[in-house]
Amino acid sequence: MARLEETTADGRTLMRQTPASAEAQTANATLARKMRRRGEESRFWWLVPTIYIIFLMLPIYWLVNMSFKTNQEILGAFSLWPRNPTIANYMVIFTDPSWYKGYINSIIYVVMNTVISVTVALPAAYAFSRYRFLGDKHLFFWLLTNRMAPPAVFALPFFQLYSAFGLIDTHIAVALAHCLFNVPLAVWILEGFMSGVPKEIDETAYIDGYSFPRFFLRIFMPLIASGIGVACFFCFMFSWVELLIARTLTTTAAKPIAAIMTRTVSASGLDWGVLAAAGVLTILPGALVIWFVRNYIAKGFALGRV
Amino acid sequence: MERTWNNKAWFMVLPVLLLVAFSAIIPLMTVVNYSVQDTFGNNDFFWAGSEWFDEILHSDRFWEAMGRNLVFSAIILIIEIPLGIFIALNMPKKGWGVPVCLVLMALPLLIPWNVVGTIWQVFGRVDIGLLGYSLRALGFNYNYVNDPFDAWITVIVMDVWHWTSLVVLLCYAGLVSIPDAYYQAAKIDGASRWAIFRYIQLPKMNRVLLIAVLLRFMDSFMIYTEPFVVTGGGPGNTTTFLSIDLVKLAIGEFNLGEAAAMSIVYFLIIMLLSWVFYTVMTAYDAEQ
Amino acid sequence: MNLTWMAWTLPTAVFFITILALLCGMAIWEYVSPGGNPRVGVLRFETTRGDRLFLSLLGSAFIHLAWLGLVGPNLWWALALSVVYAIGVFRYV
Repeated sequence: MARLEETTADGRTLMRQTPASAEAQTANATLARKMRRRGEESRFWWLVPTIYIIFLMLPIYWLVNMSFKTNQEILGAFSLWPRNPTIANYMVIFTDPSWYKGYINSIIYVVMNTVISVTVALPAAYAFSRYRFLGDKHLFFWLLTNRMAPPAVFALPFFQLYSAFGLIDTHIAVALAHCLFNVPLAVWILEGFMSGVPKEIDETAYIDGYSFPRFFLRIFMPLIASGIGVACFFCFMFSWVELLIARTLTTTAAKPIAAIMTRTVSASGLDWGVLAAAGVLTILPGALVIWFVRNYIAKGFALGRV
Repeated sequence: MERTWNNKAWFMVLPVLLLVAFSAIIPLMTVVNYSVQDTFGNNDFFWAGSEWFDEILHSDRFWEAMGRNLVFSAIILIIEIPLGIFIALNMPKKGWGVPVCLVLMALPLLIPWNVVGTIWQVFGRVDIGLLGYSLRALGFNYNYVNDPFDAWITVIVMDVWHWTSLVVLLCYAGLVSIPDAYYQAAKIDGASRWAIFRYIQLPKMNRVLLIAVLLRFMDSFMIYTEPFVVTGGGPGNTTTFLSIDLVKLAIGEFNLGEAAAMSIVYFLIIMLLSWVFYTVMTAYDAEQ
Repeated sequence: MNLTWMAWTLPTAVFFITILALLCGMAIWEYVSPGGNPRVGVLRFETTRGDRLFLSLLGSAFIHLAWLGLVGPNLWWALALSVVYAIGVFRYV
């Protein structure tokens, strides 16, 4: 029985193939046309990202445009590009200590914060990715709530707390305060990367006689190097963009550039060129490293959960 | 990954615990202490019991700020999520366009928040800003400084400008994880564009969309810097969101008790939302 | 170190000591019978007793706020209601 069916089946296929091949080809062609019409994107798909990117770039362009104009030109003539390009606005920032000190202050506390956050987050992320322990889930959740907590809630008690320790207007105060949301962020991102490393690697290393610190530094850290880079970048970024807490905790000596900018807006409100130049300079750090983290941006913002 | 039970892991978590406890638990305890007391400065405190909470819960100012914030968050989500999905669907899948799109789209995400505010403050000005000037030239009576409606439009467009890319990047990350075989199967079945979206792309994006919705909701619910720089909460109180109101109360008016009570109500809502997020997230991951 | 800025009062101190005691109690409970007694309750997803404690505390906070906002300033009734709620959570969630 089975044999017979096989032959009939074979016979049928053989019979079908020859006369139907031409028909099949036309059918294929129609299918392909149909696919192009319905299944595939239209030929103008590129319009969407292009328009969107133009929308994104216009305001930034306007800021850059303004930073190369004199105040007379900004206020006097409405021009789409600088008629007499000048770098005077940038010179003001690079020569006036009250401006460039702001950048130095920002960079100092941001770097401190990045180093502290990633250093403490590394062992914690390893613990979360490799072990179960008492209250681990709740601890992980508690870290998340700190990432989600509004900085406005913490501004006032931070001021009181750091006053009590005599740390107001120091870089370390801002660095520690930003740990509130950066340490959870670093733990979540690093945990995501570490969970991608198979556990067998740890076990093999221990069997080979590696001690934990040696294993962690020599074998494990190189494996998650990109993860550490991404965590550093996001700690840097979130500390760099935060204004409320940084402004609350500083008065003069450690005042971040962001706060100096706000002050200029409210006080004089006239020096648009310098303001624009200062703004362009604060965008630069992100713009410079963005290429290296382009594939991880979604991951970083989503707390490593993508 | 199967994780082994080991309570010694606590020692690895300890530094994080101490650090975050210092900057989270001590301030929160302080806030709780303040919320039940009244002060006239100089660290002189008087017991006030639940009065501040009573006042907050019955104050129009609080509920109006809350209402504005919820409306704002809702509008943001309604615009940004579909727009983000739409743009992600039309992103190039391979070639030189991918990194270019990623880099240019991510740029607004990395701009300091107050600079975002400054950019839009300048951009929307009718005398020196491209947007304001153009709208005026086209005959619109646009002025975000005096007109509440224009102020809202400006703040919303600014947020769309600032954060839609996050939705795009998250959705794109979900889309590129779909194997080509799925699309080929759909082609053979002659599936329509909508069917491909509905039955192949959307299910794969579920998880990232969940993250996108929650992140956007959380961040718009605690938005402070950008609208503060652009409108300062005005005109009047029309763009005063919860965080702006809280900072006004705490640092502007130095009304510690009321600000603390408001912080606690605010924080409890955040806790509840974070818990929902975390639970849905872990439940979703456990299913996979 | 000067702690007056934290403005401690007896009731808030008692409140935090209670929370701390609850956490310690949970830790000891977990140590005695590990695993956290996971089960699927009325919320249709798995909860451990830690989750139930969190839900009880957070729910109690909202019950107090709702009582204050809708009923009146006498919070002892809200406390009683919270205890009932907490028992309910530990029993059914």
